[in-house]
Amino acid sequence: MERKFLVILALAASTGVASAAETTEPGNVEFVDGAVEASLTGVPGDAANGRKIVGDKGLGNCVACHQNGDMTDIPWHGEIGPMLDGAGERWSEAELRGIVANAKMMFPDSMMPSFYKVDGFIRPGKAFTGKAADDSFGPLLEAQQVEDVVAYLTTLKDD
Amino acid sequence: MKRLTAAFTVCLMAGAPTWADPVEDTLVLNGETEIVTRTDAPPASADAFDEVISGWLFRGDETREMQMDDFDNPGMIFVEQAEDSWNTAEGDAGKSCADCHGASEEMAGVRPVYPKWNDEAGEVRSLEMQINDCRENRMEAEPWKYTGNEMVNMTALLASVSRGMPMNVASDGPAQETWEQGKELYYTRFGQLELACANCHEDNYGRMIRADHLSQGHINGFPVYRLKNTKLNAVHGRFKGCVRDTRAETFAPGSPEFVALELYVATRGNGLGVEGPSVRN
Ligand code: HEC
Ligand code: HEC
Repeated sequence: MERKFLVILALAASTGVASAAETTEPGNVEFVDGAVEASLTGVPGDAANGRKIVGDKGLGNCVACHQNGDMTDIPWHGEIGPMLDGAGERWSEAELRGIVANAKMMFPDSMMPSFYKVDGFIRPGKAFTGKAADDSFGPLLEAQQVEDVVAYLTTLKDD
Repeated sequence: MKRLTAAFTVCLMAGAPTWADPVEDTLVLNGETEIVTRTDAPPASADAFDEVISGWLFRGDETREMQMDDFDNPGMIFVEQAEDSWNTAEGDAGKSCADCHGASEEMAGVRPVYPKWNDEAGEVRSLEMQINDCRENRMEAEPWKYTGNEMVNMTALLASVSRGMPMNVASDGPAQETWEQGKELYYTRFGQLELACANCHEDNYGRMIRADHLSQGHINGFPVYRLKNTKLNAVHGRFKGCVRDTRAETFAPGSPEFVALELYVATRGNGLGVEGPSVRN
């Protein structure tokens, strides 16, 4: 218990989240037709950091599945999902938040991973070690990282 | 009706130009043995595919070429090592594999039918399990580690003498229950990424996932010499890696789960020629 609290504090400090109390926990996110109206943190997303997360193999790794015309600096974009170009035109901010937090609420049975979810997995592992998950298990992206990614996606206007 | 279906298929193919399709190429081994790398889908995968396609056709020109000649195929060094082991007596019974089975070429036809139901044991056995059964009970020697070098090398030797023969693994009769288990695993979305084998190898083969060109995930090429880790890789080693990449707690090589999965995956590729040791990246 105490350890968990410390971990949250440490995370809050490292990601610059103002206060852990304002953050919506993964289990409490409210979806309406696949969209999430309320910010997960109340802190505006940082689009520049969101861009980094979308391209980074160790973070969102979104380009593993999506091509993105805004990221020609990054090699090897996947072809599994639709191109991200124009995503900010096709979807509202709330819809994008829903898609990133848990795409299966918007697209049933989607292959896209749920980035802000912590339960309901079959044989969850400890990252990519192949070992069972332990108490370090958390969502694929932290709440503020989701907000940053959403802020970035809303900038992708030209189709 | 048949003609309609054919026309429809052509339309579908013409309508999918963005796919990074497998290449058009023919695998001829050492200039003489042609190996089937594309054929009508067998019953186990006919719902998913019109055609089953070997992973060889999803690899680059240089990688494919390395596999076409035994002098260029780095996997063949390990086949030679296994040939020595085949002829060497080990264990308290003082016997070698050759003492019971004759020359390694005599084993042509074995690889294509494994995993296979074993009546006496009342279980489906992978080739590795059968090899260890011989070691323990006929040679009275220590079993090999499931994906250890000696074992992988020996499976490479046994595959090599069957190269070009079509995979022909049985899914019915007493093997059916295990086959069903394997099928269940194939469609289970494991791990934090919630991905099933089918998500990648059935729904998205031909597409890129980051830098990887997804194949149909067949096992006719195993064991596989991978340029990435410069060694021979066993089927269960590949399964382990694919499950690990879904951020899941994986299964152990040799586990009943992976044997069942191997049986099922093998039958999805029935008709493809044995290629082991193949070359992949
Ligand atoms: C393993 C594959 C995969 C990964 C990784 C992935 N996605 Fe997706 N994504 C998809 C698929 C497939 C769809 C199409 C929806 C469906 O399933 O029908 C999709 C749909 C979307 C859409 C809607 C696109 C449109 O315009 O219709 C957006 C936006 C999106 N993803 C953003 C992201 C972001 C941001 C990330 C990373 C944080 C990400 N995706 C990671 C597979 C993936
Ligand atoms: C997230 C995507 C993904 C999932 C899920 C996945 N694989 Fe793979 N698999 C790959 C990639 C990438 C490769 C390397 C390229 C290729 O050969 O398809 C690969 C390769 C393989 C190969 C080697 C094929 C060859 O010709 O060398 C086999 C066999 C295989 N996978 C089986 C499986 C099985 C069985 C499962 C489920 C337990 C599975 N994969 C799940 C991505 C995946």
